[in-house]
Amino acid sequence: MNIRDFIKNNIVYLDGGMGTLLQKSGLQPGELPERWNLSRPEVIREIHKSYYDSGSNVVNTNTFGANTLKFKIDELDEIICHAVENADEARKASSGEQEKFIALDVGPTGKLLKPLGDLDFEDAVKIFAETIKIGVKYGVDLITIETMNDSYETKAAVLAAKENSDLPIIVTNAYGENGRLMTGANPAVMAAMLEGMGVDAIGANCSLGPKQLMSVMDELLKYCSVPVAFKPNAGLPKSDGKVTYYDVDAEEFAQDIKLSIKNGVRLVGGCCGTTPEYIKKVCELTHGMMPKEIEKKTYSVCTSYNKAVFFGKKPILIGERINPTGKKRFKQALLEKDIGYILQEAVNQQAKGVHVLDVNVGLPGIDEAQMLTNSVCELQCVTDLPLQIDSSDPVAMESALRRYNGKAMINSVNGKEENMNAIFPLVKKYGGFVVALTLDEKGIPSTVEGRMKIARKILLTAALYGINKKDIIFDPLAMTVSADKMSAVTTLKTVKKITEQLGCNTSLGVSNVSFGLPSRELVNAAFFTTAMENGLSAAIMNPYSARMMEAYYSFNVVKGLDDNCMDFINFASQQEVQPTAKQESSLTLKEAIEKGLKEKSSEITTAMLGESAPLDIVNAHVIPALDDVGKRFEEKKLFLPQLLMSAEAAKASFEVIKATMAVDGNSVKKGNIVIATVHGDIHDIGKNIVKLLLENYGYNVIDLGKNVPPETVLNAVIENHAPLVGLSALMTTTVPAMEETVRLVKEKAPRCKTVVGGAVLTQDYADKIGADKYAADAMETVRYAESVIG
Amino acid sequence: METVYSLSFTEPDINKREIMRYMSSLGGGDEILELIDECLAEVREMLQYKVCYAVLTAEINGDTIALPCGQIESKNLARNLSGCDKAIVFAATIGVGIDRLISKYSRLSPTKALCFQAIGAERVEALCDNFCEKMKSEFERSGEKLKPRFSPGYGDLPLETQKMIFSLLDCPKRIGVAIGDTLLMSPSKSVTAFVGITR
Repeated sequence: MNIRDFIKNNIVYLDGGMGTLLQKSGLQPGELPERWNLSRPEVIREIHKSYYDSGSNVVNTNTFGANTLKFKIDELDEIICHAVENADEARKASSGEQEKFIALDVGPTGKLLKPLGDLDFEDAVKIFAETIKIGVKYGVDLITIETMNDSYETKAAVLAAKENSDLPIIVTNAYGENGRLMTGANPAVMAAMLEGMGVDAIGANCSLGPKQLMSVMDELLKYCSVPVAFKPNAGLPKSDGKVTYYDVDAEEFAQDIKLSIKNGVRLVGGCCGTTPEYIKKVCELTHGMMPKEIEKKTYSVCTSYNKAVFFGKKPILIGERINPTGKKRFKQALLEKDIGYILQEAVNQQAKGVHVLDVNVGLPGIDEAQMLTNSVCELQCVTDLPLQIDSSDPVAMESALRRYNGKAMINSVNGKEENMNAIFPLVKKYGGFVVALTLDEKGIPSTVEGRMKIARKILLTAALYGINKKDIIFDPLAMTVSADKMSAVTTLKTVKKITEQLGCNTSLGVSNVSFGLPSRELVNAAFFTTAMENGLSAAIMNPYSARMMEAYYSFNVVKGLDDNCMDFINFASQQEVQPTAKQESSLTLKEAIEKGLKEKSSEITTAMLGESAPLDIVNAHVIPALDDVGKRFEEKKLFLPQLLMSAEAAKASFEVIKATMAVDGNSVKKGNIVIATVHGDIHDIGKNIVKLLLENYGYNVIDLGKNVPPETVLNAVIENHAPLVGLSALMTTTVPAMEETVRLVKEKAPRCKTVVGGAVLTQDYADKIGADKYAADAMETVRYAESVIG
Repeated sequence: METVYSLSFTEPDINKREIMRYMSSLGGGDEILELIDECLAEVREMLQYKVCYAVLTAEINGDTIALPCGQIESKNLARNLSGCDKAIVFAATIGVGIDRLISKYSRLSPTKALCFQAIGAERVEALCDNFCEKMKSEFERSGEKLKPRFSPGYGDLPLETQKMIFSLLDCPKRIGVAIGDTLLMSPSKSVTAFVGITR
């Protein structure tokens, strides 16, 4: 029988611990257990067989750590070949009469993915793919992805499994005492992400005993529409001085498992500390129990790596500001690849209280796929809000979705056949909560019925792809009332009808309604409130508009959606004007920068721009302030944090000036400087400090980030004709990478000067590796840049 | 086979002077203290204090330290462990939350990134202190004493030792700490060390 069919009507018994048993048989600390598939096959077979004899339906191959990080590909092939053979021999030899399956066991790589660690997402996918391809070749029945404590690594493993086999996939994660994975995901996030990617069963294993994991199981059962799996440890390890044991015995373990089956868990087994005895007890105690029916859940949800946002209860705010349309400064930032500007927009919108961020970086003349993907990754470094990936280019959409950590919102699909055929496969493969526009080849229907017809067509087509209506949110399109006075009414009626007749969520780009009118915010807010009253589940909106936020918080109060009116009270208290202290209001720009007051600096700069030319402000106020602070730092009268606070204040002032100059269409830079933290090094605070100061002094800094290979540095130097490159290294182990980079630049771009710095570097080191300059701190780098470039 | 234990600690006391020292700002004024308070308020909830450890027999022979999981050549560690027949090997971390903030603010505000960096350094050291204090009182009961902790990278103890420690303690699984190709740990605010035990 196929395991997918077997799961439908049965409780599935998995196996128990492997590691603990191998240690008892003499596995040495540091010895790789996977090698025992070849060297001690009789031990492995015996363990598998005793699990089958105890009643396990599924036995995992002894391949937890079998990957190309630990083994060369030939050895890996041999190990997995024998691992599958060992399980198969055990299956044949077992006296158990139950259905028996073999699962390829896939454990974590033991590395942390970027940006937290040094393993690239695509490299992780490749590593898992190698293991899975071999497992599939040797004929396993299913794939178990287990003990993952990071959502991102889990996604890499599932993608690898999906791209290299059609086998059923069970995913179990290792949740901590706080009910979350090490990198932050809770069961709701994992359920949304994994179901979106189409895995066959979702669960928890390892880390804790059954009782401590019960609340995690309850959450999984609440959110999953697929079978739920449970493989806890036999409690926690204890020692009596000589022997290690686990504090939950087989009887108690089986009782706990029985309870979880009553609650709806469908696949059960054990992890560390459990033995065939435990599985036998579980089978005996639960013999004859009927599996609980699995309810199809209807949650509409998108997630980040640690947050799930649910649609359909309270209206959801989607920040619209990461979008170049009509914003010159934003366009300039995109052209200059100034990711910092985009990140700041994200943080500002989050501070205003939005729940999801729309991300649109489409602009003629840029590589949208690359820009969008990079923006999504960078945004996930600064915000834990879910993202709505907004692009009309399916290639860019796929590239960004693939890298996204969580279940993204997808903006958008529409009723055109060609569009649905491009977007729905992506939703199916990567998971997602997709915005569906009610337009098709003939345009936007002017009637409610016309839009409803398209909505129904979209639902039908989605169903053909196996996409449930809970994963679709319709945008019935807000049109400009000044062009057609009834257009808003049509949209509102469509919102209501979709909500009531199709039972789907709705979203609108609210601001469109007021195009061409004066005082647009008034109309937007009125339209927003009316739309919410008609059932609108989400709005793509401008959170900086006080009117919109007032409308939102007031609506929730009136509709009884705000417990104790707490959100409203918080919002209202923030709206009260904060009086500025008197002595600060008379500050000059120079003083504000010297004191490191960010907001004050940008306020004063804005005020000054009315009277002075942008460049005059820079030359007469900002630069002298920076020089002053820089000097005092060099004289050791100021500390590094104070230098940085001033630098950030100066940057804030520059930001205001840049916005003006972007409108005027000119921007002046002194020269290009490439900077990077060298290959293998993932510490970049020092490099970022240098970047901030160099930018303040007017240099165009091309920041390649951290862990940058020598070739990438060289290419950037050549491409940007950079007269100077700055390299940073924190660890002695990465200085060789710095040396290699310096050597390569000297050889291929001899006119480029090299300046190096970082915790372990000294003048001697710098001389030894052939760098032109050692800079002890950021100011020294600035001074050197002045001497090289001017 | 040595038992590996995992422990969770409550928040160790915060030493702001230490944090200022890590920011090279000892003697700095109120604005630096304000910055530290602001950053502490943002990060405290996100920190976890986890340790995993094992107690090993240790045989010191000249510059060679023989442990059940392998041998280490290091004059400095041998000196540190002299007179010991056992050693604690531990790994401690304050979790991935602070790395998220460091990574966030290195893109937005280097001042805060620097401050979080310092807070992380102070926090993980404070965790190690608490752990060693706990071990000290446990071993005192059997009349044993602890030596000061000694980490890979100190003196001539090679960073390569990390590999042995990681395979022994299985840090990724127990406390969520991984090592990269260049032997850097992630989360970055993690420490591994040996602590000698003498009679």
